[in-house]
Amino acid sequence: MGGYVFPNELEVNWGLFIVLYPYITGLVAGAFIASSLYHVFGKAELKPVSRLSLISALAFLIVAPMPLMLHLGQPFRAFNILWTPNPTSAMAGFGYIYSFYMIIVLLEIWFMYRKDLVQYAETRTGFARLGYNILTLGAKDISPEALHTDHKIVSALAVIGIPSAAFLHGYVGFIFGAIKANPWWSTPLMPVIFFLSAIVSGIALLILIYSVSCKLRDRKIDFACLMSLNKYLWFFIILASTLEILEVVHKGYEGKEEWPMIRGLIFDTIPTTYFGVQMTLGVLVPFILLLLGRSERLATKTRELLTVVSGLLVLIGVFAMRFNVVIGGQLISKSLAGYANFHVGLINDEGIIPTMLLAFLPIAILTVLVRILPPWVGDEPVEEEMEEHKAMPNIVTSQTVSSR
Amino acid sequence: MKKEFTRRDFLVSAGKVMATGLFLPLGSLAIAQKTSFAQEAAKDIAWEKVWEGKEWGFVVDTSKCIGCARCVMACKQENGVPVDKEVYRTWVERYVESANGQINVESPQGGLGFEQGDETSEKQFFVPKLCNQCHNAPCTQVCPVGATYKTGDGVVLVDRKRCVGCRYCIQACPYGARFLHPELKVVDKCTWCYHRVAKGMKPACVQVCPKGARKFGNLKDPESEVSVSIKKEKVRVLKPDMGTEPHVFYIDLDEVVK
Repeated sequence: MGGYVFPNELEVNWGLFIVLYPYITGLVAGAFIASSLYHVFGKAELKPVSRLSLISALAFLIVAPMPLMLHLGQPFRAFNILWTPNPTSAMAGFGYIYSFYMIIVLLEIWFMYRKDLVQYAETRTGFARLGYNILTLGAKDISPEALHTDHKIVSALAVIGIPSAAFLHGYVGFIFGAIKANPWWSTPLMPVIFFLSAIVSGIALLILIYSVSCKLRDRKIDFACLMSLNKYLWFFIILASTLEILEVVHKGYEGKEEWPMIRGLIFDTIPTTYFGVQMTLGVLVPFILLLLGRSERLATKTRELLTVVSGLLVLIGVFAMRFNVVIGGQLISKSLAGYANFHVGLINDEGIIPTMLLAFLPIAILTVLVRILPPWVGDEPVEEEMEEHKAMPNIVTSQTVSSR
Repeated sequence: MKKEFTRRDFLVSAGKVMATGLFLPLGSLAIAQKTSFAQEAAKDIAWEKVWEGKEWGFVVDTSKCIGCARCVMACKQENGVPVDKEVYRTWVERYVESANGQINVESPQGGLGFEQGDETSEKQFFVPKLCNQCHNAPCTQVCPVGATYKTGDGVVLVDRKRCVGCRYCIQACPYGARFLHPELKVVDKCTWCYHRVAKGMKPACVQVCPKGARKFGNLKDPESEVSVSIKKEKVRVLKPDMGTEPHVFYIDLDEVVK
């Protein structure tokens, strides 16, 4: 890009895998928050995705550490971060925060599915029967009291899960935001921006997974549910993009020593991915399409399509945002006198194809998970009364599945 | 009679499993600290004695540097840094002010690739760069496994047996002094030739500099060359606003140098 970069900066050290890491973690945190809208805030219209969101969070959570480990110069020493953590390192917390979050998600899923697991263990045969028996962990009491306890535990875990999700992803933002050597990263807003964009990406992912799974299973999309997701996505896009814009405007207004480098970065070095993909395709266009999607003058099919397309655009936009942060930040030379070049190959380390494979691995895991733990609820004939819905959403959920 | 496994029993045992899961790594932390590599090494040498009364410092006199880059080559050879790769423990920058007042900076191959300069320019100078061995080193702060650390006499080192190669320290260093060793796949940086210094020798770059632009010595000894230079000359450190408190002091450093 020209100018002077330090001789050691000719290679960008954190490549596409490290772009993928905050992207995937963000999807996890966002999908979890989406599930909490139902489990904690009682948004009954989100029932059709209440289980799907958690199962998706798990699928992505399993993959989250993979790009990190594969990126290490010494992957076999990865667990040193757990065994001998350096207490002053922000990064050292990763293993602990990740494990804690994994435990919360697994427990919530287990308690949510416990009744189903017991019933599958009774009704299935052969290998599946054995599998489900193991998954029940021997807890086969499905009396109404026991299920009530399950429900309470799920709610409690969902409540704990919200700050945990905020912490999991806010922490990822802190890893970047607390690097004073990098003018594009260094801001206390970074954790907040990361968390809000995580919620945005999680809801967008859910819109996509839900509508695609409905198509594949030949079921009707629950329109109220989709419109609710549309509204939440729209709301969080506004919050996230406001802070993202505020951060840049603030830096520009202050105009400190490093501002010319930041201005040069976004206007001359990464304008396509920043203004084009992140801000226009990922924020402005979906902002308008989502609004249109809520217009009652349009046909239901059109409104569905507008919402789904917005979801896809938002997912692309958030990926661009991660790219612009992770790669963009490294392009600014610490000499503050030039920009580094980012080279990416197709199949080499952290090339485009390995990155795509990792990015789609969670989807592959998800297709397996939904066979073991079917999350489909709400597309059966509704028998329960709405009153009951609101009072004990989870128990209703379990009954709906078991009635199939 | 078969004892029933109640919900309560389950919760209790689940709690135990979780607690064990959480505390096992913490326990290993305590064990690991007892058998750290640093302490194993310390068994052989009484490091506390070696470090006593010492704090190493480095002075660069930019007015003396002629950009011959012998230091760059000596460093690579001394420390096993691949000569043909774009990675440097030390490098030399050239600053040339053009007629329109624009200052051009370059460091082709760390200075090994300098070509004949523009002799018409009125203002031009060389600046050798190396690890600043900061007192408040951001790299040691962010290392997730404690592989990079500061010695008792003020030098930041990397433990090659511990480094996981995450490169967070490279991001945290404001000076671009760190790199991933292309062959060893661990992070590498200038050590002020600690292996030589520990034997009472000077760093390789100091040794080969034909103009005496690089000075090395004990800051705690008021008679040492570095202490005298810092006392007599007007010195500056790089990026003082970063709060890193570098231990490399520059004489006659232009404002444009970052």
